[in-house]
Amino acid sequence: MIRVTRRYRFSASHRLHAPELSDTENRALYGQCNNPFGHGHNYEIAVSVRGPVDERTGRVVDLAALDGLVERQVLAPFDHRNLNEDVEALRATVPTSENLGRELIRRLKQNWHAVFPPGGPCLEKVAVAETSRNAFEVSAYEIE
Amino acid sequence: MLITRKVEFSASHVCRNPRFSEEENRAAFGAAANPHGHGHNYVLEVTLEGTPDPVTGMVLDLKRLKEILSREVVEVYDHRFLNREVAPFDRVIPTAENIAIDIWNRLEPHLNGASGRLHGVRLWETPDLCVDYFGGAA
Repeated sequence: MIRVTRRYRFSASHRLHAPELSDTENRALYGQCNNPFGHGHNYEIAVSVRGPVDERTGRVVDLAALDGLVERQVLAPFDHRNLNEDVEALRATVPTSENLGRELIRRLKQNWHAVFPPGGPCLEKVAVAETSRNAFEVSAYEIE
Repeated sequence: MLITRKVEFSASHVCRNPRFSEEENRAAFGAAANPHGHGHNYVLEVTLEGTPDPVTGMVLDLKRLKEILSREVVEVYDHRFLNREVAPFDRVIPTAENIAIDIWNRLEPHLNGASGRLHGVRLWETPDLCVDYFGGAA
């Protein structure tokens, strides 16, 4: 089995606040991440791809094609944005790294076959790091 | 239990398919197809799987692992132009995928004992691109 992992970065702001909880509960649960005007991170994401090595190129995935897909689906809509306000799909959720990771999988999966035909490379997982001290991995197989 | 040791080597390569036209090589490999090659500081993480020896408490003597990595990989790859100086890259395109597979093939015969069996190799070509290979069909 062979896997290729590519890292990308974007900077965005967010605020963690669950509307079902009281202000006191939100404060207790999310701490500083609940501060009312939000805050930002330099996000780092790692996109992992599996597939056979193409004999003609020696590669699992065309990196320029992968970069283009991630640029269009993730970096352009997320970079220098407020995730709560500017990303439609995240408005109804709390933009934790868990929910962000699931949204990244959804976006990449929905547009995958426009770039990579069936039988070619498959998306395996995405890892999201808000800071260098934590990482959240979401498998492509857990999300429709 | 898994244990991982890291080594680094610096090498140059060029990614071109001799059966492709100039345009096809450019489309497939981008700047990596520039004819005179370019280099990377590669970082290799080698992971072994095994059970600690009841006497030594170690899966494998790391001194021995260091010697194997040095002899089988670093001395072969470090400060070399892979396409010219390291087989099989005179005929196999030295992408990170193919280098990871070649390193697995070089290490596996030396790391298949009762303790300390090769589990996987992770090759970083840049801090933003890595390949994991676990043997078998790629």
